[in-house]
Amino acid sequence: MTLLGVEGIVKNYGGIQALRNCTMNFQEGAINGLIGPNGSGKTTLFNVMTGYETPDSGKVTFRGKDITNSTPDEVFAAGIGRTFQLTRIFPRLTVIENVHIAAQRKGLVAQMRQWSQPDERARALESLDFVGLTKLSREPAGSLSYGQQKLLEFAFIMVAEPKVMLLDEPAGGVNPTLLKHLGGRIKELNKTGVTFIIVEHDMEFVMGICDQVSVMHQGSALLEGKPEIVRNDPAVLEAYLGTDMTEVN
Amino acid sequence: MSTDTTISQRPTPPSYEVPKAIRFGALAVGFLVLVLFPLVFNNPTISTIGVFAMIFLMAVTGWNIFSGYTGYIALGHAVFFGIGQYATAMLASYWQIPPGWETFLLIPVAMFLAGLAAIPIGLIVLRVRKHTFIVLTIALMFIFQLFAYNLRGWTGGSQGLEVSQPPWDGSIFNLPYYYVGLFLAIVAIISSFMIRRSKFGLSLLAIRDDEDRARSLGINTRNSKLTAFVISAIFLGAAGCMYAMFVGSVYPQFSFDPAFDLELSIMAFAGGLGTILGPSLGALIISGAQQYFLITFGGANVFLIVYGALFILILRLLPGGVVPAISDKWRSHVVRKEQRILDSELEGPAEAGAHK
Amino acid sequence: MLVLQAIIEGVLVGGFYALMAAGLTLVFGVMDIVNFAIGALIVLGAYLSYSITTHFHIDPFVSLIFTTPLMTALGMVIYVFLIKPIKTNKVVMSLLTMFAVATLIEGILDICYNSGFVQIHASYINNSLRIGKLNFPLIYVLSFLLSAFLLSCLYLVTYRTKFGRSLRASMQNPVAARLVGIDTDRVSMITLGIGIGLAAIGGMIFGTTNAFNASSSYDIISRLLVIVILGGFGSVGGALVAAVFMLVIQDVVAVVWSPVWGSTAFYMILMVVLLVRPQGLFGKKGVRAQ
Repeated sequence: MTLLGVEGIVKNYGGIQALRNCTMNFQEGAINGLIGPNGSGKTTLFNVMTGYETPDSGKVTFRGKDITNSTPDEVFAAGIGRTFQLTRIFPRLTVIENVHIAAQRKGLVAQMRQWSQPDERARALESLDFVGLTKLSREPAGSLSYGQQKLLEFAFIMVAEPKVMLLDEPAGGVNPTLLKHLGGRIKELNKTGVTFIIVEHDMEFVMGICDQVSVMHQGSALLEGKPEIVRNDPAVLEAYLGTDMTEVN
Repeated sequence: MSTDTTISQRPTPPSYEVPKAIRFGALAVGFLVLVLFPLVFNNPTISTIGVFAMIFLMAVTGWNIFSGYTGYIALGHAVFFGIGQYATAMLASYWQIPPGWETFLLIPVAMFLAGLAAIPIGLIVLRVRKHTFIVLTIALMFIFQLFAYNLRGWTGGSQGLEVSQPPWDGSIFNLPYYYVGLFLAIVAIISSFMIRRSKFGLSLLAIRDDEDRARSLGINTRNSKLTAFVISAIFLGAAGCMYAMFVGSVYPQFSFDPAFDLELSIMAFAGGLGTILGPSLGALIISGAQQYFLITFGGANVFLIVYGALFILILRLLPGGVVPAISDKWRSHVVRKEQRILDSELEGPAEAGAHK
Repeated sequence: MLVLQAIIEGVLVGGFYALMAAGLTLVFGVMDIVNFAIGALIVLGAYLSYSITTHFHIDPFVSLIFTTPLMTALGMVIYVFLIKPIKTNKVVMSLLTMFAVATLIEGILDICYNSGFVQIHASYINNSLRIGKLNFPLIYVLSFLLSAFLLSCLYLVTYRTKFGRSLRASMQNPVAARLVGIDTDRVSMITLGIGIGLAAIGGMIFGTTNAFNASSSYDIISRLLVIVILGGFGSVGGALVAAVFMLVIQDVVAVVWSPVWGSTAFYMILMVVLLVRPQGLFGKKGVRAQ
């Protein structure tokens, strides 16, 4: 069943077509990979899906509902969490505060309550434990290493229990041991029913973890299928080789 | 990088905060000093300094609720200070309030009006960020100053307005202003504290660190910013009302004064921007010193020089402010103690990299 | 006829404001610094020219030979001692620092020159230029020509010289500029020098066309800020258009309605424009919040 889908998305920046008639469906319960050469529109697609950009035309649907014109906070509240290509945490807040941010509540009374409610605190610590950062919970997040920040970003999205998590290059700049740890966490969360969409250049990582891989090329979907099939498809190789060899890891 | 993989071995992290007992003790002492101050120093010259200190205390605490927590440095909060002043002067004569304690009833009205004005103003200025925001707030203040000059029918133009003062005896004249000011300042500080520990406050801090990220985590950043903006304007309105009543006159160039926001930011920066009590500490010390200089040297120009120089020094030497400096000291003290314990346990070098 | 006169006068004065705004917006573009002290520095420039002309009886335009290098050096000193050491939260800290510098200068000028209004004098100050039925104060025309000349120089420096290339590179991407071997510190220092050197010239013109005292700085800075926001931060061309546009409107409103509302119109336009385009007329979209 399709959980998150885009249909005929067009997005132009000045004279450049970032997305041209892009149609894609991401299956519920799967770990979806999204690959493609640089400039093929992956991050733009993420931005469109999460409300950061409004497409010129086309539709974004989440569980059958149209969310094309939703703002980022509404998209998040609907159950779509995302990470950024360059990790974005709150550097001057402590790790535990970072995790609490996503656990926001609507309504005036709820807003004025103390940020650290016992039940939320338990959940926050649980998610920190999940990624292995409990020990650093009182440190300012800015003092963590890059890899730890990636884990923290993962943890604070997780705490809001999104239906789907969009990860933009989770492997970039992360050392192999930590990456393995992250991969394990993704798989574990996926078993509890969270859907993933992962943009990644690290082919080994993508092929190892994803159930389904979609390939983007020049702003639209080139093909999608099982990792083994995608890996050996001549059109995919062409898309990568046609641009620049160095981008294929 | 190898430390990345050492997953938590000790579940309870140490607290880096200054212990509660010390903090509450300091607060209680501070409170007592403030309450007793005008009774001990009953010389009117000294208690006048006290009244101004209270006015700045509530103003800077209000300012900090918005600028300190969200990181949006507003340099046009004189707008709300001025609105509070003009509202007081205009309404006192319009409603023909007799000089005396009844004038104090205008405080909630001034607070309400300042908060009300903050809604449309906030909607305009909060659409932009960073420098554009700062500059826009300054520009807004000049607009209000111009209006105060130009709408002569209401504001008296450059002649200003008067607030007639009660016929109280000189020896006790300052006391009501001081204690009402102290009360309002404490209300402001308590509000600031409540906000800091609320979910709302946490979202403001999140906005300070990374606004777009905060939005993507479900925070309605526009509403949060606007709410904080309005709350802070309310306290500025109260400060303006107190100021107008105490000084007894209102002029465009003093009500909407660019130097006012400079003063607020110096106080906040000196004490610790974005901390709860830092700005209060800054307000007490700096506004006290300010009044003292004004009395000693007279001329406003010396005062401007002292201010400019002082601010440059603070920005250079203590950019974080006094309060964060203290908590940093405490923090490194705790970390050192931890390290000693760890060393004595000597589990292995893997732990060493955990504290950065 | 009056309106036509007002329009042309607006263009003449606008050219001079454009020059001052160019210094402000250039400094912003390169260093992310809102030079809030520019108002006080312009008044400082005006006072320097005033002192030189009254003591040595030389032409105000000649006094620039002394004041401009002096102010340029002051700009560089400010950069080295006050701006360069700022490490964190640069945008806000540098703005507050410049704010403090402005206060300091205002205080010093107030002590040195008292608070009485003065004006720089020259023999031809009351002469005017007649074209048909229109009458223009000669000093406005001269200052317009000087401003136009300097703005063209500025254009040539930024687009035709090696320094200009480094400058534009630092504006677009300071990190990358540093990576390709541009000494961005030096570029910043020189840019602040130029920005404040322009204030010396602006000050001279301001001082000959207006009576001023130490607190005139607020009047200047508030207008310049409006022009720079309206033109879009960092856009010199935008500042130019905005300056002329605003002053023409101000003068026309002053003639048609009343002088008091002329300056209010100035600010009201800003509010209206920002409601529609928060990033200013020519600004990049980056500064928008939502």
